Amino acid sequence: MSARNEARLWLAQRATAALLAPCVLVHLATLVFAVRAGLSAQAILERTHGSLAWGVFYSAFVLAAALHGAIGLRTVAAEWLGWRGAGADAASAFAGLALALLGLRAVAAVVL
Amino acid sequence: MRPARNHPGWWAFIVHRLSGVGLALFLPAHFLVLGLALGGAAALDEFLRWSERPLVKAAEWGLVMLLAAHFAGGVRILALEFLPWREWHKALAAVAAAFALAAGLVFALAR
Amino acid sequence: MLRVAVWRGGAQGKLQEFEVPRRPSQTVLDVVTYIQRRLDSTLSYRFACRVGMCGSCAMTVNGKPRWTCRTHVDRVGGDGRLVIEPLANLPVVKDLVADLREFFDKWSRAGGRFHPTQARDADFARVRPDSRQRREADAGIECIGCAVCYAACDVVKWNPAYLGPAALNRAWTLANDPRDGAQRERLAAVAGDAGCHACHTMMSCTELCPKHLSPTRSIAGLKRATLGFALGEGES
Repeated sequence: MSARNEARLWLAQRATAALLAPCVLVHLATLVFAVRAGLSAQAILERTHGSLAWGVFYSAFVLAAALHGAIGLRTVAAEWLGWRGAGADAASAFAGLALALLGLRAVAAVVL
Repeated sequence: MRPARNHPGWWAFIVHRLSGVGLALFLPAHFLVLGLALGGAAALDEFLRWSERPLVKAAEWGLVMLLAAHFAGGVRILALEFLPWREWHKALAAVAAAFALAAGLVFALAR
Repeated sequence: MLRVAVWRGGAQGKLQEFEVPRRPSQTVLDVVTYIQRRLDSTLSYRFACRVGMCGSCAMTVNGKPRWTCRTHVDRVGGDGRLVIEPLANLPVVKDLVADLREFFDKWSRAGGRFHPTQARDADFARVRPDSRQRREADAGIECIGCAVCYAACDVVKWNPAYLGPAALNRAWTLANDPRDGAQRERLAAVAGDAGCHACHTMMSCTELCPKHLSPTRSIAGLKRATLGFALGEGES
């Protein structure tokens, strides 16, 4: 990968981090709220079913987390497993894609 | 621990890295569980009943801690990299740790 | 008496034990010197000024890279035991002598050289010492290339191509020098996984720099300065 593209990955990592920060705060607050109100499927789904707002929020959250996580895993693999190069890049891209797809499926499950 | 590593910045790094890896490994499971709702509320409920067990509850708390810790460490990095340098930036590791602990406490006490 | 374990050999080798009399105001360099002069003349080590100006005597003392001439035994040999090894993250030439070639090669690769733009008959450049750029450069300009930060950095350890804190710190001081004519090339040179973007703000460099510099600060500056490069400006 060229230095320019590596710099872009760094930038994407920071940009998704900036997007994830407020999402995480909202999510943490929601978790605390949900735990106090009782954690049943009905309680959760009541809140999220048919909600465009939650759909948009969690979709953005998922996509940002998938990209952020994939880039992070790529760095960890390079530094701790010595795994670098095209194969490693492909593996982390696959991880990001898998996270995004599983995540969007989960969003669909609770919103639709 | 290697002596050269025994300082706050290094602790901030290792917590951030390990929490990140932990979250990345946890997320697919989280998404799969939520995806159970595709089979209707009952399928999700079955899982949620299983998750009432104390060990699972403790693990959930651990995950919240991972998220809070990773968030706090990330905010530290964003501050160090994008804000004009200030001397108090060196103390950001401590601030991050404080936030994560506070979040963990709030979650633990909310039960 | 101090019990001192000293690395002997190259990449392969072992720690050899010595007993060294304790003296007041003794430094670790004093200890190494005593061993080489009185106990084992085959011990190899580096030093020059012995007064904390040149950085030649940098070694790993009880696990931390330090200037041995400025490390008092009282500060580190509390329980009477010292372990002295060559600087980490560098090939070992012999015993306590590390091979610094890669350290300086990376300095060069990071654009750590001033590129003049004026002929000798040009007027003096006017650089205000209180300008933001000059203050940024001054914050990192005192580096003497001792390699303590390089030895302390875990990214250097885990990422063989990483240019390292000293090289990047020097690049930052030059990036803030309006007289230098190679700004774009330098930013291209310090970007990417081998450059500033690999820094994880662990700050071991800042923690251990004997001149109290902050390479982390300089590298953060480079991260901001290379945003344009990331987005497509400049040479490839």
